[in-house]
Amino acid sequence: MNDVPLPYRVTQVRDETADTVSLALTPAGPTSLAPFAPGQFAMVYAFGVGEIPVSVSRIDRRELVHTVRSVGAVSAALCALRPGAHVGLRGPFGTGWELDRATGQDMLVVAGGIGLAPLRPLVFDALAAPRAYGRMNLLIGARTPHDVLYSQQVHAWTAAHGPLHCGVTVDRPAPGRLGHVGVVTTLLNGARFEPRNTTAFICGPEVMIRATARDLLQRGLPAHRIRVSLERNMRCATGHCGHCQLGGVLMCRDGPVIGWDRAESLLSVREL
Amino acid sequence: MTDSPAISVLDREGLDALVKTLTTEGRTVVGPTVRDGAVVLSELASADQLPFGWGTRVEAGHYRLIPREDGAAFAHTSGPQSWKTFLHPQREKLWSADRGADGQLSLTAEQPEQPSYAFLGVRPCDLRAIAIQDRVLTGGHYQDSGYRERRSGAFLIAAECTEPGATCFCVSMGGGPAADNGFDLALTEVVDEAGHRFLVRVGSEAGAEVLSHVPRCQADVETQTAARRAVDAARDRMGRAMPPVSLRTLMGQSLEADRWDDVADRCLTCGNCTMVCPTCFCTTTEEVTDLTGDHAERWQRWDSCFDLDFSYLHGGPVRSSPRSRYRQWLTHKLSTWYDQFDSSGCVGCGRCVTWCPVGIDITEEASALHDELEARLRLQEQAEQQERTEKVQ
Repeated sequence: MNDVPLPYRVTQVRDETADTVSLALTPAGPTSLAPFAPGQFAMVYAFGVGEIPVSVSRIDRRELVHTVRSVGAVSAALCALRPGAHVGLRGPFGTGWELDRATGQDMLVVAGGIGLAPLRPLVFDALAAPRAYGRMNLLIGARTPHDVLYSQQVHAWTAAHGPLHCGVTVDRPAPGRLGHVGVVTTLLNGARFEPRNTTAFICGPEVMIRATARDLLQRGLPAHRIRVSLERNMRCATGHCGHCQLGGVLMCRDGPVIGWDRAESLLSVREL
Repeated sequence: MTDSPAISVLDREGLDALVKTLTTEGRTVVGPTVRDGAVVLSELASADQLPFGWGTRVEAGHYRLIPREDGAAFAHTSGPQSWKTFLHPQREKLWSADRGADGQLSLTAEQPEQPSYAFLGVRPCDLRAIAIQDRVLTGGHYQDSGYRERRSGAFLIAAECTEPGATCFCVSMGGGPAADNGFDLALTEVVDEAGHRFLVRVGSEAGAEVLSHVPRCQADVETQTAARRAVDAARDRMGRAMPPVSLRTLMGQSLEADRWDDVADRCLTCGNCTMVCPTCFCTTTEEVTDLTGDHAERWQRWDSCFDLDFSYLHGGPVRSSPRSRYRQWLTHKLSTWYDQFDSSGCVGCGRCVTWCPVGIDITEEASALHDELEARLRLQEQAEQQERTEKVQ
């Protein structure tokens, strides 16, 4: 169903940070949307306000979680919803991360700020089958310690000595909190991966994506093994409204996840 | 040239009978007519409303009607509208949403009965434009259902071009004044000593069926020859031309050209070019609520990549400078359209040139970009040659 949204009920609301909320959604009626893959997105409709694209941040059988940062009219309306409220949902749209590409390789997941949201279901999937991959790394950058999403989960990952190496860095430390300070690329030296046999998945602000991808290229990762998730204005998500163009890429159709081999030249032109 | 039963000739009464036949079938006949000093597209009740005796004089940023002594109906160039006004209308309701007492949402698709159109006088450039919008709106994984219904029910009567305007450049875009396919019927207007008549070719079964109800004669050799000559002559009388290079490659290599600053100094970013362009398809959405607060509607309306909001992401627009917005329009039209929809987005109709309030000419801009690129490549080559010579020494 992609013409008209399907009603979904908010079953749980979780405050992630001061301006970010996770909404757990289940179908309000007997029908549900087709299954989502990590990295794909839905158009989420706030009644009477509008519709925005939001990646899925958790995928259960019938339940979808969307993590929304309040930055505009629609996202603010979504962040203000309480359990029991209804939203409209269209999807799934766009390309996913395609975790299969990392089979047999070291895995590097790099997230900046809200960029951790679309990467979380990828990490869950990888952790569900750790033997399929080599060493797994999750590197997280945030503005302050208070801006790290899913803090309990992230804390558990950083503390555990499991198959996942998880590092967190912040731009500005908070009083009384110890931890790494600096941009997310400063965590790359501590990550465990063989650059020539690694697949990277990156999402965050464009400047962070650029810096990380360039760093990884220098370390010897091939461009096509660097997968990045990008963001553009979207109205329809079905390839008809023209808003999400980045050069020849229609972000809703050819993205949001594309290879750095395609993204690099597009992101190097100002205001493209 | 051989006589074929598929080719016949209508006189002016025959043309009117064609309109009446289509109207009787329940179709909304739309064609060119004179209004407000321009040839506009409007619903027609009779062929008499066609712009008989009117031609047009166009230039960059200039459009005037001029009377014609020969009384021709299809001797005008493209007006400010194109058929997208009807197939892909400016405003369209997508769905409505109602909120019940318990907060439950019910969402309903807008599925109005679509008009059954007959378009009379579709230029070959506009036939190609319709084919391009077909690919954009119905050729991909998702289809625009409203467009699909209006389009599949539309009956197209082409009018071959015998009077290209000064802003026309369809030949250099791989098109031309002849209608080759994509129509139900194709007319070629002939006015000479033998009279005022319309050669009719049949392009589909539906076309043959409609024509069977219309009084007509079998085409004579003279009319066929005159029609062919007029269209062939039009081919050589295009007012403008694109530079004869791969525009796709040219645009791809010109993203950082200085010319964008030059054109940005003139461009008002008004978006006229995108409104008159027969292939520009971009839309945005609006949420409309009523006073109860429990009923909302989702509307789609035309949008323009020249609008600052078009590329808005939280924090600001991606393309804020006029330079980047003009570049988006031109490079999309001539280059990245291929990546997205496997063809150019330009048919060479010249509307964007005519209706630009400051007379920016897409062919002139493309030529300037071509010259700049050539100059840059020459300099590079010279530099490389010099380097090689220095190495040898």
